[in-house]
Amino acid sequence: MSLYEIIGGLLSIIGASFLFLGGLGIYRMPDVYNRLQAGTKATTLGAMSLILGVGVVKMEDHWSWIVKAIIIIVFIAISNPISSHALSRAMYHRKKFPIIKSSDKNMDAYREVFEKQEREKEEKK
Amino acid sequence: MTYLVLIIGFLLLVLIGAAIYAVYQRDLLYAVIATGIISLVLTALFYILQAPDVALTEAAIGVALTTIIFIITIKNTVRFEDESDKNNQQKPKTE
Amino acid sequence: MIYIFYITLVLLTLGMIFSIIRFVKGPTAGDRTVALDTMTTLMVAGLVVLAAVFDRLIYVDVALIYGVLGFIGVIVIARYLEGAL
Repeated sequence: MSLYEIIGGLLSIIGASFLFLGGLGIYRMPDVYNRLQAGTKATTLGAMSLILGVGVVKMEDHWSWIVKAIIIIVFIAISNPISSHALSRAMYHRKKFPIIKSSDKNMDAYREVFEKQEREKEEKK
Repeated sequence: MTYLVLIIGFLLLVLIGAAIYAVYQRDLLYAVIATGIISLVLTALFYILQAPDVALTEAAIGVALTTIIFIITIKNTVRFEDESDKNNQQKPKTE
Repeated sequence: MIYIFYITLVLLTLGMIFSIIRFVKGPTAGDRTVALDTMTTLMVAGLVVLAAVFDRLIYVDVALIYGVLGFIGVIVIARYLEGAL
């Protein structure tokens, strides 16, 4: 086994574990926002690590494996937070608030802004 | 090559299950999401059966175009399928 | 070396099974869309691993196209749920 295979294999196993934990979190978590966190954050890290691992393993054969792997990693890092943000924003606008109310005021600051906007809309009507 | 047979069997099971779910579901939005899963699984099947060009076309059309057209259709018509769901149409369910 | 890729494929399949269970059970539309999003990312990773198993460089392009276009459907569904399409 060469050095490339050892490093790439370790990265692949770590990434696959994170992807599996993301799927498990989607099954186990109680709320939409918790599921969104498990299904997007863990999955992004897992996919990036796994694809980088495959690129490092196959880099011995041809150098363009690692180039294509890095291009896919860049696109995943751009596109995955966009969809996650759009989904959580949509669920918040449907008034599905988190079931666990946080004691930290800063974490739920958007809720006050949102309720203020709703009140202003009703006053205008 | 046994692992390929196992993967193809699993993907075919998911494909048939998602198709049956999309046909029998009353809420058309859930049916559209099931159509997205069908397109995803079909891409992987074409890919494993050594046809990457067909898989590319399926990924480009099935993921983006079909979903957008169906969602615009649902937006302009009704979300619930049955006539007896008219109460749901007038005041749409929370989910 | 090939066995590491087999272990990876098994783990990806397990994650996909959990996502499908959430898609069937999920009480709201948001849960089902989250399941679709996760399955898209899992499938991109799985396509790259299968390209390494088949040992063909050109197969990575399918995963690239899927990673570029996969999030458009989720964004359209989210905009519809928000009511601002």
